Amino acid sequence: MSDSAVTSLAERVARATPGGLVHRLLSLSDRGIAWLFIAPTVALLLAINIFPLIWTVYLSFTNYRSNRPGTEIEWIGLRNYERVLGSEDIWGYLQVTAHFVVWTMLLQVVLGLGLALLINRNFRSAGFWTTLILIPMMLSPAVVGTFWTYLYQPQTGIFSYIVNLFADVGALDMIGSVGLAPWSIVIVDTWMWTPYIMLLCLAGLRSIPAYLYEAAEIDRANALQKFWYITLPRVLPFLMLAVLFRGIENFKMFDMVVELTSGGPGSTTELASINLKREAFENWRTGYSSAFAVILFVTVFGLGNIYVKALNKVKS
Amino acid sequence: MTAGSATLRAASASQRAHSVGQAGTGAKWLAGLLVAAYALVAIVPLVWIGLTGFKSPPDSIAYPPKVVFEPTFEGYVNLFTTRSRQTDEYIESLGPAETWYDALVRKRNMVITGPSRFVDRYLNSIVIGFGSTFLAVFLGTLAAYAFSRFKVPLKDDLLFFILSTRMMPPIAVAIPIYLMFRALGLSDTALGMILLYTAVNISLAVWLLKGFIDEIPREYEEAAVVDGYSRLQAFRKIVLPQARSGIAATAIFCLIFAWNEYAFALLLTSGEAQTAPPFIPLIIGEGGLDWPAVAAGTTLFLLPIVIFTIVLRKQLLRGITFGAVRK
Repeated sequence: MSDSAVTSLAERVARATPGGLVHRLLSLSDRGIAWLFIAPTVALLLAINIFPLIWTVYLSFTNYRSNRPGTEIEWIGLRNYERVLGSEDIWGYLQVTAHFVVWTMLLQVVLGLGLALLINRNFRSAGFWTTLILIPMMLSPAVVGTFWTYLYQPQTGIFSYIVNLFADVGALDMIGSVGLAPWSIVIVDTWMWTPYIMLLCLAGLRSIPAYLYEAAEIDRANALQKFWYITLPRVLPFLMLAVLFRGIENFKMFDMVVELTSGGPGSTTELASINLKREAFENWRTGYSSAFAVILFVTVFGLGNIYVKALNKVKS
Repeated sequence: MTAGSATLRAASASQRAHSVGQAGTGAKWLAGLLVAAYALVAIVPLVWIGLTGFKSPPDSIAYPPKVVFEPTFEGYVNLFTTRSRQTDEYIESLGPAETWYDALVRKRNMVITGPSRFVDRYLNSIVIGFGSTFLAVFLGTLAAYAFSRFKVPLKDDLLFFILSTRMMPPIAVAIPIYLMFRALGLSDTALGMILLYTAVNISLAVWLLKGFIDEIPREYEEAAVVDGYSRLQAFRKIVLPQARSGIAATAIFCLIFAWNEYAFALLLTSGEAQTAPPFIPLIIGEGGLDWPAVAAGTTLFLLPIVIFTIVLRKQLLRGITFGAVRK
C-alpha cells in the first residue's frame, strides 16, 4: 500500500521533471524551435516554388523541348527572348489580356463599391443577401467556365434568352462571335469576382469611425461631400488592395477562360497564360515558352511593385 | 493592444449602427431592394445549372429554355455510368430492364456498360484536397508560431519571400515542375499533387495563421512556462487550443483552393490522380450534347462549397478580409 503510494509519487515526480533525451527535446532553445518550425515550410517552398522558377529561367536560355528528352540541350543565349518580344502575336495576346484586366477591374470596382455602400446601410437580412452574393467567388473557375458555355449557348442558352427579354437583339453567340467573345469572359469574371471587391470595400467602410460622419454632420456637409471627403479616402486603400490582388490574378487568368472559350474564336480571347500553355504543352517549345513565362512574371512583379508604391502614397 | 482595438471597433460599430439607424428607412429599404436584386440575378446561373441536372437531354437544349419540365435522373445516371448505343433488337434480346436506371438508359437506345470515372475523380479531389490542406495547415501553424513569437533573422524578408511565391503564374512553373515530377516519378500521383498544393497553399496559411497567433496574448504562454511547461508544451497546450478557430478558417481556405485548382491538375495529371475540375468538362460526351450530365457533375462538385460558404460565412469573411488587410 505504502509502496504503491511511493511509486506513484515517484512517477508523478518523474513526469513533472522530464529528464535525459526527452528533456532536451522538450526544452530546445527558442532559436532551435524557431528553425525547426520554419525549416519545413521554407524547404517546401524552395523545392516546389523557387527551384522550378530558377529552372524556368535557365530553360529560357536554351532550345530545350520537353517532348524530346534525348536531344542535347543547347545554350542559345537571348534568342528566345528576342523571338518572344519580336513576335507580333505576343503583343496581340498581351492586348487581349490588357482588355480583360482593365474591363473586369473597372466593372468590378463600380459594382463592388456600389454593393458595399448599399450593404453598409445595414438593412434587414443584409447577412443573408451578402452570403448569396458571395457564392460565385468560392467556386472552381474551370467548372464555372464549363457551365457558362452552356448558359451562353446562342440558340438555347438562358443568357441570350434573358437578354432578348429586355432587348430584341436576336440570338447572341457570346462565345462564337469575334466581337462578343472578349466580353463573354469579362462578364463571367465580373459575375464571379465582384463579391471579392465588395468584401474588401466593406472591410474599408467598416473601419471608418462614426465620429467622422458626426463631425461632418455638424459642419453641414452634404451626402456627396461626405462620400468624397470621408468615405472614399478611407475606402481607397482597401479598394486598391483588392484591385491589386484581382489584377494579378486576372493577368495570370487561365482556367476559367480556357474552359469557356479556350482562346477563341481565332485568338480573340487568347490571354497570355493560355498562349503560354499552348506553346509549352501543345507545341512543346519549352525554351521559348519559358522565356515568355519569365517576361510575364517580371511584368506582373514590376507592375505590382509600381502599384504598391502608389498604394502606399494613398495610404499616407 | 489587440483587445483594446477590438473593443474600440465594437464601440464604433454600435455607434455607427445608431447613426445609420437615423438615416431614412426609405433609403435603407431601397438599398436592401437593390442588393437583393443583384443577389437574385447573380444566383440565377447556379439555380439554372442545378435545374439542368434534372432535365432530359432534349429538354436541356429546348427553345425557349424550359423553366417547367418533367424532372428525370437521366443526367445523374449518365454522370455515373458509361453507356453504348445499341440496336432495338439487341436491347429487346436483353429482356426487361432490371433496375430503374437501366430502364431510363434504354429509353435512349443505350445500354449501361460500366461505371464512369466520376467517382474516382471526385475521390481524388477529396484525398488531394484534404491531404494538402492538412499538410499546409500543419506546417503553416508551426512556421506561423515561430514567426509570431521568436526573433527570426531576416523575418520580414522571409515572410515576403513566402508571400511572393503566390504571385507566380502557375503555368510559368508548371514546365519545370512537370519535368521534376517526371524525373521523381511523382507525375500523375496523389502524393505529387498533395505536395504541390501544399506548397501553393502554405504561403497563405503562414500569413493567415501568423495573424491569428499574433492575437493570442503572450502572457498565457509565459505563465505556463513559469509553471514549468517547456516552450513546446506551452505551444501544444496553450497556443494550439486558442488558435483553433483561426486554424479552422485557414483550413477552409486551403481546402477550397485545392478543391478548385485546375491548371496544375490539367497539366500534371491524366489517368490516376486526376481531380474533378479537369474531368467535368469531359463529361459532355458524344455529340457534345449531354448537358444534364455535365450539370449533374457540376452540381455535385460545387454543392459542398456552396454549403461551406453559407454555413461558415463568418470564418470565411474573416479570412478574406484579413489576408488582404494584413498584407
